Amino acid sequence: MSAAGAERRWQDLIVDHSQFPRHHGSLEKPTHHAEGENPLCGDRVRLYLDVGASGTIDKARFEATGCAISLASASLLATAIQGLKRDQALQLFDQARAMLTTGEAVSGIDDAELEALRLISRFPMRVKCASLCWHTLRQALRGAEGTVSTE
Amino acid sequence: MSNVAKHLEGGFDVERVRADFPILQRTVHNKPLAYFDTAASAQRPLAVIEATDRFYRQHNANIHRGVHTLSQEATEAYEGARDRVASFINAPSRDELVFTRGTTESINLVAQAYLRPRLEPGDQILISHMEHHSNIVPWQILCEQTGAELKVIPINERGELDMEAFAGLLNERVRLLGIVHVSNALGTINPVAEICRAAHALDIPVLVDGAQAMPHQSVDVQALGCDFYCFSGHKMYGPTGIGGLWAPLETLNDMDPYQGGGEMIKTVTFEETVYNDPPGKFEAGTPNIAGGVGLGAAVDYLASLGMDNIAGYESDLLAYATEKLSSIDGLRIVGTAARKAGVISFMLGDIHPNDIGTIIDHYGVAIRTGHHCAMPAIRHFGLPATCRASLGIYNTRHEVDVLHDALLAAGRMFN
Repeated sequence: MSAAGAERRWQDLIVDHSQFPRHHGSLEKPTHHAEGENPLCGDRVRLYLDVGASGTIDKARFEATGCAISLASASLLATAIQGLKRDQALQLFDQARAMLTTGEAVSGIDDAELEALRLISRFPMRVKCASLCWHTLRQALRGAEGTVSTE
Repeated sequence: MSNVAKHLEGGFDVERVRADFPILQRTVHNKPLAYFDTAASAQRPLAVIEATDRFYRQHNANIHRGVHTLSQEATEAYEGARDRVASFINAPSRDELVFTRGTTESINLVAQAYLRPRLEPGDQILISHMEHHSNIVPWQILCEQTGAELKVIPINERGELDMEAFAGLLNERVRLLGIVHVSNALGTINPVAEICRAAHALDIPVLVDGAQAMPHQSVDVQALGCDFYCFSGHKMYGPTGIGGLWAPLETLNDMDPYQGGGEMIKTVTFEETVYNDPPGKFEAGTPNIAGGVGLGAAVDYLASLGMDNIAGYESDLLAYATEKLSSIDGLRIVGTAARKAGVISFMLGDIHPNDIGTIIDHYGVAIRTGHHCAMPAIRHFGLPATCRASLGIYNTRHEVDVLHDALLAAGRMFN
């Protein structure tokens, strides 16, 4: 596929995920939970995880308000991390960050949808919007206190 | 009516003005630039670019006290700019115009050098709900330092001052009223002369934040009747890092110095320092000389166009843009005051302003998205952010049409 074609597909994906977010909602008794907020933009995300005894993320849900990029990124995240081990999810944080900031393909990513994050690197002022949920994920998995921010 | 005839309406030829701004020749994402972010920072005409360039190429030296030729030329250029800027706002005396880094520094200067020594715990500082952060935070800092209280004049759903509430907030404990002349977030033009009269009836001095008024209309500090007028060079087609504070000489004489250093003194010994007379008293250190020279060129440029012509042209364009944008389904204008200048804040459906800004940038259209450094004003409307298209002397009806079409495309993307 041409570069322009890939970009168009990624753009459509981001719009679609922002309008029809997957795994939107909350969990009643999550094993892990964290919040992120970028007060300047008004973007907010709450992430809920159920991590089973085997260390696998059985369920991921999120609630969010904000721009299309922050919503789409959270929807892509929740879709991607379900079924991953905790360590794999933390590794995915690093990979997502690399895609968002460099725009390059990252080895180990075979998720065609998640690759849409590479498009965001084209808009340096918006990387913080897409990053918010990922930093929230790391906060949740570390069991750390406090609201995270990427501003 | 032909395009040419339209441009010449009211004695203002926008195509000639556009030719004075080299940056308007560039493209963004292969589209002609449509710059609607003048309220954040205006573009610079050749006259300003060349004045600062000429200063550095031919006259650069430190000002005042130097006896060599370059120092004398630099002093004449800088002080000549002060003459012209003072005259541009109809200041009674050139010595009443203090050059600062901009509106923010001007307000901080008044807060610390004028008001701080005059405040006691329980005194009040009055501002409005539509102030820029630069006319909020310096007073908050001052309140923390002195135990004074910050009081806020509410605004209505159109983004106009609640004048009844304002009258009720005036009392003998108010030591200063700080009010914006033209709101950068909503476009509201406040009735400053009327406000000054009401405040002066109780001997309350008034500081006016004129950052957004200066580029759009003629400003006469004597007719306004205010006590302090603050403005920024870069909002009025001049350089960044230069601006002004106007206050009557009597007031400036009674004020404490702001920063200590060179230029603000007459004599210094280790026992005693005698301060300089205004405006030097408030201009410690080597100032932004080229910036001052550039600001002088900016007011010459604006004066050559005529501020009344500018106000007329922009008012017509604002009416056109308001009507054009209002025709878009789901577009809501935030700030609909009866008297407005140069700014249209809006929401398009529930699309986040940052998404709009990113999308229409690809059509060459530059707007600002966010809280516009006026968080309380924007939150008054229950929003974290808005889109803001602000107008300058170089914007055209055609550019408004481009903005309109880009917004339609953004709306379609989310539909």
